[in-house]
Formats: sequence, structure tokens, C-alpha cells
Amino acid sequence: MGGGELPGLLVNEIGGIHGILHGHVALLKKHFYLITMKEFLENRKHMSKKVQAIYLWWHKPIINRELLQSLPNLKVIANSGVGMDHLDLKLVASFGVKMANAPYAVSSSTADTGMALLLASARRLVEGYHVATSPGMEYSEADLLGVEVTGATVGIIGMGSIGYKIALRAKAFEMNILYHNRTRRKEQEEQAVGATYCEKIDSLLQQADFVMVVVSLTPQTHKLIGKREMELMKPTATLINISRGAVVDQEALVTALQTGVIRAAALDVTYPEPLPRDHTLLKLKNVIITPHLGIKTDKATYMVTEEAVENILAALNGLPIPSEVLPS
Amino acid sequence: ISRQETFSNFLVASVMAEEELPGILILDIGGTHGVLENLVPLLKKHFRLITMKEFLENKKEMSKKIQSVFVFECRPTVDRELLESLPNLKVIGNSGVGVDHLDLKMISNFGVKVTNTPHAVADSTADIGMALMLASARRLVEGCQIAVSPDTKCFAVDWLGVEVTRATLGIVGMGSIGYKVAQRARAFDMRILYHNRNRRRKEEEEAVGAHYCEKMEDLLQQSDFVMLVVNLTPETHKLIGKKELGLMKPTATLINISRGAVIDQDALVEALQNKVIRAAALDVTYPEPLPRDHPLLKLNNIIITPHIGTATVQAIRMMAEEAIANMLAVLNGQPIPSEVFPK
Repeated sequence: MGGGELPGLLVNEIGGIHGILHGHVALLKKHFYLITMKEFLENRKHMSKKVQAIYLWWHKPIINRELLQSLPNLKVIANSGVGMDHLDLKLVASFGVKMANAPYAVSSSTADTGMALLLASARRLVEGYHVATSPGMEYSEADLLGVEVTGATVGIIGMGSIGYKIALRAKAFEMNILYHNRTRRKEQEEQAVGATYCEKIDSLLQQADFVMVVVSLTPQTHKLIGKREMELMKPTATLINISRGAVVDQEALVTALQTGVIRAAALDVTYPEPLPRDHTLLKLKNVIITPHLGIKTDKATYMVTEEAVENILAALNGLPIPSEVLPS
Repeated sequence: ISRQETFSNFLVASVMAEEELPGILILDIGGTHGVLENLVPLLKKHFRLITMKEFLENKKEMSKKIQSVFVFECRPTVDRELLESLPNLKVIGNSGVGVDHLDLKMISNFGVKVTNTPHAVADSTADIGMALMLASARRLVEGCQIAVSPDTKCFAVDWLGVEVTRATLGIVGMGSIGYKVAQRARAFDMRILYHNRNRRRKEEEEAVGAHYCEKMEDLLQQSDFVMLVVNLTPETHKLIGKKELGLMKPTATLINISRGAVIDQDALVEALQNKVIRAAALDVTYPEPLPRDHPLLKLNNIIITPHIGTATVQAIRMMAEEAIANMLAVLNGQPIPSEVFPK
């Protein structure tokens, strides 16, 4: 079969440290004629009409006006993840192109990452590892005391699918669950996880031992957690961010951690990623930073591609798109 | 009413005048191996505190006063010599649930009782088990190193861990701690297998969705994560050796929150080097700490933590309260909540 029958799918690259995973290629090739950016740029005239869909893998390729203008048959852009803050939704929509994300595939893995960070920070796991494995190991238990997770209070900011899965996990640790969200969840959903709604974020910040930030990045959530919010938190509290780096005011966080305004922080996301190598956050003892673990597992990444394929096929066949994202 | 409140109430009711207080021997206050300083007021409420140093400086007078020994992080060492020098010793109260560092037969021959603290340790230890499983699966420690390394220019997207949600967890040892691990793992939609000397009641199994494996081999062959939560006894010594590691999946992770000697460490080194299993996460080793040139410290598919299973402010306090309540029960001739008997 030539490249003619299957719809063309544009991807940034295949393999290497940034490209589509090799293990996903067979699945994509089953439904699409795969075109890399390199191939497209080398043969624009021929390729441009073939591209009906783009699969964004970790935010690449970059979608700009120039690219959109050069793809006359583009119908849909599918994103490998749930966050869409790297896309100009209005611009894409103005070209009549639909967009989809992958909320189902990401929620469990991201919730697991949130819990992993919460536990690692509370129990000083990374510090403990260094003590256990480095030379000169004389230490006192008093130097490595962490804080209890079981029975503590977790405040979840952003109770979408990921936030809710965190609540389900936290419940099993007998945690007291508070949440803040644009809209309140249904009563049965709250009761199923024993979550108490905090209409004002202040109330959540004042009571939580662990503040878990699980929101989308939008103009409204940019620097949502700043100096004021951190000062409302308990000095014994831990801040965990699995959303986007820009949701937290990083300069304010540095100050808060250095002066004991909060006990510790655990960040799976920063702004930028990675941080400049001389950034103060990298030097603080009471912060853990992970390299956007998010959904980086074999199973979750494959499910993301499966979900993207499903969305793309729906769009190309004129059917309702399961996870369509509209500009607000 | 929580367990913590139960023990606290019991202690409040038991406070007596200072001169009458029974003597309790501890290694030291503070420092590397001593009792944590913030526990001292709690101990002094019920006992006359005598440190090892004070005892050795004034054996003649102190020896008769000591009715109990508070063993904190396995210290002081309770040997024959010590037991012979304490004629009025009635109880050794251990902080923690494992008593493999105590010679139960020998102590019993002296007519001295031994107590442990099973209730105070369970939640914290289950939490550490979960923390280690998640950290290992998601390569958290490696990730932290990448995040701060001066050589890092970008985060590779083909750098992956393994999924915890919906994976299979095999729990070896389903006592209170093992059961609490099962409760937590269930919330991650994990499929839970367990192996135990005795099968749990059906309702208990159903409550956490756990399937009993009469043969440990079956559990080992099916699990993505194997968590060891047993006591150290002659029967569980080197429970996991070359054969058991060979039965595990090459994609599986071994987590140990029991005692180091439950695993044949040499066999583990080999298994990790040859990728017979994917990775291991150990809160306990034999000895603790490992010698600095030990091969386990050189592997990159292992996380080791320095026995922090109960290393939280709250857990340490709860263990002390539970130990004190047990010791007072012995001294007052009341029913003892957690006595440990030699086999």
C-alpha cells in the first residue's frame, strides 16, 4: 500500500530522547502514514497536502501560524497528555482545526506521581538514601525524622480526574481530605472519598499538612500559590506541585523554604524545565525536584498514544471526539 | 477513641510520686544512639530515669532500683552480664515491634518479661513500604539526581519507570503491617496477592481484595511488586534467596521493610547485577548500616534507606507511650497488652 490510502500524521521525530517511542510506532502506522517534521520540511510540496492530523508528543512540534497555514488538509491536533497550556487554542480553532487531549490515560499515573512525591517528602526518603549510601554514615535518628502521612490532612487544589484519584489514594492512608475547585463536586463523589469542600482556598491552606496542586495552567492559575498563600500554610506543611511550574511563584517558594515558612516542597514541574543549573531551588535541602515524571511509565505512555489515536480517528471520520478541547 | 488516646489515658492514670517511681534503665539521652530528648519528660512521669553511664558509675546503688529497661533502637544491648546485675528487673520494654535483637529464651530464664509495640509501628511502616514501592517504580531517586545534576540539559522523554496502578502486589507476611499495606495498595487499583503462615478470614481478604497464595512460589511468579513484611525468625532467615529471586518476573521489584536477614543479600546482589529482577528497595539490611564497600551500594537499580520505617515524630512518641504502658502493666501486675514469648 502506498502512502496514499492512510491519512498522513505529522509527528516531530521518532526515537531518541525527545521523539515518539519506538514501541508506539507500530500502533501509529496501523492507522496513519507517518511523516516526521524532517521529512515534511525536506518535501513540503508533496507532504503538505497529505497531513490530516498532528500528534503532539511532549509539546512538539511547535504549532504556530506558519505551520497551520502550510497544512491545508489538517483536521485535528492530538496532544500526548492533558495539559494544553503550550497551545494557542484560539489560533488553532481559527483554522478550523479540532484539538484533543488525553485525560483518561494520564490520570492514574499522575496521581501516583503525586503520592510518590508526598510520601518521599514526608518521610525524607531522598535524604535517607544519601545517608544510607554515602561514606561516613554516622547519623542519629533524630536527624532524619519525617512527618506522619497516615491521619494527616491533605488539601487538594484542583479536583479534576487527577485530583480525585489522589483523594481516592489519600483516603486509604486515612488522610483527612480537603479540596478547592472552581466548581464543587457532587455530594456522592465527596462522600466516596470523604472530601470536604473549601470554597475559599485560604481555609484549605490554613488546615492542610500537605497541599497538593493539581490544576491546569491558565491565566487564572498563573502564580496561584505565591507569598500570601505560602504564609497561610502551616510551618509544618509540605507543598507538592504536579501541575505546571508556573502555578507556583518560584521566587516566593525559595524564600518560604529558606525561612521556614513551610517545611518542605516536592516539585515534579518547574518553570522552566529543567531549571537553570545555578537556580537556588536546586541547592535547598528541603525540596525534592523530579524531572516531570508525570506519566512516564511504559503502560501510561502507551495508553496516551492509544487515546490520541482514538481521538484523531474520530475527528477524521466526522464522529464526536471523545476528549475534544475547545478554546474557552 | 484512638489507640494513642487509650495509651495516653492509661499513662495519666498511672502517675505516682517521684520517690516511689520504679527505676528504668536507658542507654543514654540524645546523641547518636540515645533516647530522643523529647521523650524524657514522658519517661520521667512514670519512672526514675537511669542512664547506662549512671548505672556503671554506681552499680551497687542503682542495680537494685532498676525494675525495667527501655530498649530504644536496639540499645542498650541486653546480655547475660546485664541481666545478672539487675536483681529486681521485671520487664524489658522494646520500642518497636521486632525483637530479633533480644535473646528471648535467656531473658525468660531470668524471669523477666519482654514487651514490644505492634500498634504504634503499623501505620508508619506501611507508609514506608508504599513510599519505597512508588519511589522505586517511578525511579524517583534517580529522577532527583537528574533534576539537580550539573550535566542535565533537558529531560529525556524515553526515560520511563513502571506503573503502580493496576499492577500486582504480592505481600509476604500479612500481619497488621502487611494488612495496612494491602489497604493502601487497594486504592491504587492494585491486584493483591498474599502469603502468610495462616490464611486471613474471608471478610478480611474481601475488604482489601487480597488473594491467598498458599505457596509463596505462586506469589513470586505473578507479582510485579513483592513486599516483605514478616518477622525475622529462624524460619524466615534468608526466606528470599537465589531460587525465590529466580522465580520473580524480570520486570519485578522487591521491597523489604522487615529485617535485612530475611533476604540473602549476596543472592540479591547477583540478581540485581544480572537483571534477574528489575530493582529492589530496602529499608533494612544486614548489618545496618552496610559496610561502605558493599556491592549493594554500587548498584543503580536499588534504593536503600536507613531503617526509617518509624522515623516520624509521632511514631516515636507513640512507640514510647505503648512501651511505657506495657512496662507499667507488668510492674503493676495488670494484663500486659503486648508481651512477647520465646518460641
